[in-house]
Amino acid sequence: MADTLTEPTAPPKRQPDGTRQRLADRDGFLAWIFLVPTVVYIVALVAIPFFMAIAFAFSDVTAGNPSYGWVGLENFYRVFDDAVFWQALGNTFVFTAISMVLIVVLGKVLAMILVADFKGKWLVRFLVLLPWTTPVALSSVTWLWLLHSIYSPIDWVLRNVGLIEDNMYFLGRPGLAMASVIAVHVWRLVPLAAVIMMVGILSIPDDITEASRIDGAGFWRRMFEVTIPLTFPLIAVAALFGAIFTFTDMAVVYVLTGGGPTNSTHVLASWSFVRGIGGGDIGQGAVIALFLFPLLLAAAVLILRAVRKMETI
Amino acid sequence: MSVTVEVSNLVKQFDGGDVRAIDDVSLAIEEGEYLVLLGPSGCGKTTLLRTIAGLEQQTSGDVLIGGSVVNGLPPRVRKVAMVFQSYALYPHKTVLANIVFPLKPEKLPKQERESKARWAAELLGIDLLLDRKPRQLSGGERQRVALARAMVRAPQVFLLDEPLSNLDAKLRASARDELKRFQQRVGTTTVYVTHDQAEAMGLGDRIAVMDKGKLRQLGPPVEVYDDPADTFVATFIGSPPMNLVPRDDTLVGFRPEHLLPAAHVSGERVEVSFDVDRIEYLSGDRHVYGTVTGIGKDSRVIARLPATVTDPVTPGESHAFAVNVDKLRFFDAESGLRSEPVRVDAQHG
Ligand SMILES: Nc1ncnc2c1ncn2[C@@H]1O[C@H](COP(=O)(O)OP(=O)(O)O)[C@@H](O)[C@H]1O
Ligand SMILES: [Mg+2]
Repeated sequence: MADTLTEPTAPPKRQPDGTRQRLADRDGFLAWIFLVPTVVYIVALVAIPFFMAIAFAFSDVTAGNPSYGWVGLENFYRVFDDAVFWQALGNTFVFTAISMVLIVVLGKVLAMILVADFKGKWLVRFLVLLPWTTPVALSSVTWLWLLHSIYSPIDWVLRNVGLIEDNMYFLGRPGLAMASVIAVHVWRLVPLAAVIMMVGILSIPDDITEASRIDGAGFWRRMFEVTIPLTFPLIAVAALFGAIFTFTDMAVVYVLTGGGPTNSTHVLASWSFVRGIGGGDIGQGAVIALFLFPLLLAAAVLILRAVRKMETI
Repeated sequence: MSVTVEVSNLVKQFDGGDVRAIDDVSLAIEEGEYLVLLGPSGCGKTTLLRTIAGLEQQTSGDVLIGGSVVNGLPPRVRKVAMVFQSYALYPHKTVLANIVFPLKPEKLPKQERESKARWAAELLGIDLLLDRKPRQLSGGERQRVALARAMVRAPQVFLLDEPLSNLDAKLRASARDELKRFQQRVGTTTVYVTHDQAEAMGLGDRIAVMDKGKLRQLGPPVEVYDDPADTFVATFIGSPPMNLVPRDDTLVGFRPEHLLPAAHVSGERVEVSFDVDRIEYLSGDRHVYGTVTGIGKDSRVIARLPATVTDPVTPGESHAFAVNVDKLRFFDAESGLRSEPVRVDAQHG
C-alpha cells in the first residue's frame, strides 16, 4: 500500500564539481572534522594522564626506576597508613568548603558593586579583575612577602596601629597558615566569581527589578526573592569554578607554606606532588592524586544538576 | 471629586540627553478616573508613567499622589501599582506567589494574604492557574496575572503601560473590553498608556494627547476627536485623519466622514468640487481619495462614505461634495493651534 502512495524519486543529479561539495554537505563528516581537535585535546591532556595515574597507582614506578612492576594495592596501604594523607584530605575539604562560601558571598557583593552605576566604575572593574589575571605562582610569591614572618607589611601596619605587640607569624602557626591559604584562594578567585555573577545580575530584565520595587520589596527582599533565585544557575557556576580551582590547586599551598608548618596545610594536590615528584615515589603520588577525581566528579555532577533544575524556571 | 494623582510643570531630561522627554507637563487625575495617555512612540508616555511611579526622578516639577508631594520618594511608599508592557512577572514564582508578592510588606497573616490573592485571581478568572509558572501561561493569562498582582494591594492608582500591545489583534479587543469592565468594578484610578487611538477612545474617561514630551490636549474622547486643540491632535486622532486645507494663513480642517456627496449634507454647508482618484472599501465604508477645490488651496483629501451613502462615485470624475459648516475647524497655519473661525464661502442647501 505504502509503495503506491510514494512518488518515485528522481535519482539525485550529479553536481559538476562533485566530490568536494558533497563532503562539505555531509553533516556527519563535518561534525567529525570539527570534533577532532577537542577529541585530541581531551585524549592527550585528560584521558592519557588519567589512565596513566591509574596504572601508576598499582605499580612500583619511582623517579629513579621507571620500569613497571605490578604491586596491587600496596601503594594504597602505604598512603592510608600515613597521617599526613588524612590531614591533606581533610584540609582539601576544609579549604574548598570555606573558600567556596567566601568566594560566593564576596563575589556576590563585588558583583553588585560592579553593576552599580558610579563615576570611575571602569577603573574599579579593571582593578577587580587584576588578581584573576595574575599567574597564581606570581601572586602567591607576593603574598609570601605580605605574610612574611619578619618583613610582613601587614604585621608592620598592625604593630604601628598598636593592635599587636609581636609579629603574627602568619605562616608559622597552623591555624593562621590555613587561614592565609584560604585568604589567598579567595582573593584570587573572587574576581572570577564576581564577573560570572555580574553577568547573571545584568541578565535580569530591568522591568522585573522595577516591578519588585513597585511591589514594595526592599533591598534584601529583592536580593533573596528575585536576584538570587533568578541568577542561581550562575551562582552555582561561580561556586563550581571556585570549588574546582581551590580543590585542584597546589601552587598556593606549595609556594606559601610548602605544606608547613609540619605538614599541617597540605592538600591532596600538594601532598601528591611532594610524594610523587619531590619524593620520587610516583606510585604513591598517583594514588593521592586519584582521590581528587571522584570528589571533583561528584561536585561537578551535583552543581550541574542544580543548574539544570534552575534552567526550567 | 478629589484628585489622586497630579503632576505640575513636570520636566524630565535624561542624563546626556539634550531633549526633554517630558516638557512642562501639568495634569490632574481625578479619583476613579480612567485617564489614557496617548501619543506616538517616543513622545514620553512611558517616562511620564515611570516618573509618577517613582522609577524615574523628574528634573523639575512636582508629582503629587493623594494630595502629598512624593518627589524623590521611592516607588515602595507611593502606593502605586504598575503593569508593565512585558508584564514583568517573576518567572521563578508560581502565579499565586506572584500575586502574593506585593502583600508581603503588609504585616498580614499568611492565610489572609493568600485569600486576598485568591480573591484577586478569581476576579480575573485565573483561579485555576495558581500553581503554574508564568512560562506555562498564554499572553492573555500573563496579562491577567500582572493585573491581579497590581490590584491585590488596593493601590491608590493603577499605572498601565501598553498592557495589550503583546497580545494578538483578536485577543486585544476582548482584553480591552475586559479591562474596562474590570476597572468599572474596582473603581481604582487608572493611568493607561497607549499609542493606539482605538484603545484610547474606547477606554478613556479622558485622553491626554502627548507629542514630543508636551501635553497637547486633555479632554474626553469626544472632545479630543471633535475639537482637536491643534493640527497634531487633529491628524493623530482619527483614521483616516482630519483633512487640512490651507486657506490664506489658516488651515481649514474637517473629518473624512463629514465630506459627503452634496445631497447628503443639510444645513449651512460649503460646496466643493471633488476630483476622485481612487476608492478603497474598508469594512463597509468607502474611503474616497481625491483633490478638493472650493475651500481653499486645492488639496488632496479623503472622504469616508458610510455604507448608507450609495451615490455612485467614479474615479477620474469630478463630483459635487459638501461639508457642513459646523464641522469645519480652523487652525493657525503657523502655530497649528486652533484659531477663530473664518468665513468660508458658505451656501444654503
Ligand atoms: N533611560 C533613558 N535614557 C535616555 N533617554 C531615554 C531613556 N528612556 C527614554 N528616553 C527617551 O525619552 C523619550 C521618551 O521615551 P518614552 O517615554 O519611552 O516614549 P514612549 O513611551 O512614549 O514611546 C524618547 O526620545 C527616548 O529616547
Ligand atoms: Mg513606551
